[in-house]
Amino acid sequence: MDSFIPLYIILPLAAAFLIPIIGRFVKVFQKSISFIVFLILTCMCVAGFFTWDRETIVYAVGGWMPVDNIPIAIYLVFDGFSIILLSVINLIALLTTIYSIAYIEKYTAENNFYALLCIMVAGMNGVVLTGDLFNMYVFLEIAAISSYALVAFGVEKEELEASFKYQVLGGLASLLLLLGIGLIYWSTGTLNIADLSVLLESYTGNKIIIFIQLILIAGFGMKAAMVPFHAWLPDAHSSAPSPISSMLSGVLIKAIGIYILIRLFFNMFAISHEIALTITILGVISMVTGGFLAIGQWDYKRLLAYSSISQVGYIILGVGIGMLVMANNGKQEIAALAIFGGLFHLINHAVIKGLLFMTAGAVEHVTGIRNLNMLGGLNKAMPVTSATSFTGSMAISGIPPFNGFFSKLIIIIAAAMAQYYLLAIIAALISIITLAYFLKLQKNLFFGEPKINLDNLKKAPLAMQFSMVVLAVLCIVLSLLIIPGVREVIITPAVNVLMDTSNYARAILGG
Amino acid sequence: MIVYVLCFILFLTGLYGVLTKRNIIKIVIGLSIMEFSLFLFLSLIGYINQGIAPIVVDGMEKARYVDPLPQAMVLTAIVIGLATNAMLLAIAIRIYRKYGTFDVRKINSLKG
Repeated sequence: MDSFIPLYIILPLAAAFLIPIIGRFVKVFQKSISFIVFLILTCMCVAGFFTWDRETIVYAVGGWMPVDNIPIAIYLVFDGFSIILLSVINLIALLTTIYSIAYIEKYTAENNFYALLCIMVAGMNGVVLTGDLFNMYVFLEIAAISSYALVAFGVEKEELEASFKYQVLGGLASLLLLLGIGLIYWSTGTLNIADLSVLLESYTGNKIIIFIQLILIAGFGMKAAMVPFHAWLPDAHSSAPSPISSMLSGVLIKAIGIYILIRLFFNMFAISHEIALTITILGVISMVTGGFLAIGQWDYKRLLAYSSISQVGYIILGVGIGMLVMANNGKQEIAALAIFGGLFHLINHAVIKGLLFMTAGAVEHVTGIRNLNMLGGLNKAMPVTSATSFTGSMAISGIPPFNGFFSKLIIIIAAAMAQYYLLAIIAALISIITLAYFLKLQKNLFFGEPKINLDNLKKAPLAMQFSMVVLAVLCIVLSLLIIPGVREVIITPAVNVLMDTSNYARAILGG
Repeated sequence: MIVYVLCFILFLTGLYGVLTKRNIIKIVIGLSIMEFSLFLFLSLIGYINQGIAPIVVDGMEKARYVDPLPQAMVLTAIVIGLATNAMLLAIAIRIYRKYGTFDVRKINSLKG
């Protein structure tokens, strides 16, 4: 059963290796191999939900098993939380590949594009699976460096500038993480997350551990674009080619930012009130600032990028409330509900933002314009793009029956139940602001009077339409995750992993 | 202890460079300085006074060995640092070709 885990990393890496070699001679090799790899991985994730017995699976790389409960190898850990991230990553990567078949024609280096995409997915899968801090840093850099290259893929003025900004801030974040990891090794002598979670229990209140926690929050906050560290995100996400924007906004900031933050602060460090408060406040600030900055944007992709900052704030807020309740020894049900809301919003946001960036790419591909002021009345000329974009906008602003409504509702209910009424009110208000800027987008882009001649416009290519329709359907289907029977199968195992903090160490170290 | 403090000062020197310099090549140099101060820190963690390389041979079981794990980490981190620097400098050269300058104040086509 455990031998399939390394495939999540090996398959995309192998594809990335083969594409530049074979792709030079065989015309459609790059598209087909990336499509096949992501299809296999997505099927593995979906099959995992049906066949897997919800027990943590541990794969020791090289077969080095623990000696006297001391881990001596790198472990790949597959549990309820990993599988959610893996399925989101590989599903969005699959749809991005289909979308890129039509979109990437205008660029010259197709082989490089698909190879970099495969490396990025390999890095993200590795980050999600690994149970070792330094190994996590290596995979994180693999994902980050390939994303720097992909942001600059157009090699025009804007792309280069955005990529440079992204690299400097991303590089700073990586260095902070490396410093944190070095300090952890210095003070404890181990790098295994499970081993650390046992050791760190005796370090509660230690000054160095608090310093490490703050450094790691700053590092992951930069990677996840939480508000004091968000400056790179609008530039990088709006300058990248659209399929890459949907990968970056949809999954990269979640896999290498939020996922590790949640994993480390729940499963590795002992939960403390101060740190939980810091994380929650960062979430609220991101949510509010991102929302207000998005209102003033007139560039389609820039607006979506600011909206990403705001929605990431919601995820952090949900998880942070759960953490606060756990730190104050509040009711377990409330903490579970808040964490459930956060994770549910994580899945929803990946799907919705992937969809919205794809529609932005379709509009740009057909008209060549991204400015909202210069377009209008596109709903007649591009019916599929218009309908899917409308679905995505309504889903992200929290209109029932789309998925975004339910996840936001759960976060707000959890905040109210935990008696953080102010947070609940802020979350509801920002939801209205989200609706405001997405209505502005819809009104200027798809409705109203056409500002350019729309008669000769082509429709979006079929491959693009397919990806967008699949994601739009998912926006409705994912609402089903709220139903108790479905919820227990998919999200509750992940919530249990985070709630039962010592279980993670027990499953890996044995005993 | 003094070496750790010097190491941290080196880290801050790099950070100062990144934050205050306006030439993008100097920003890259600042990042490299920060990176190397961390490599130094990592290898200091594993250092033991008068320790020897951890190669176990017969008759040497009781010797003082330095910790090999940070050394392996530093080697990996150096390779990653090489990739990051190569990427940064490649972008810097492309920026120079497009904008004709290394000055960050003149590289400002993105706003808002």
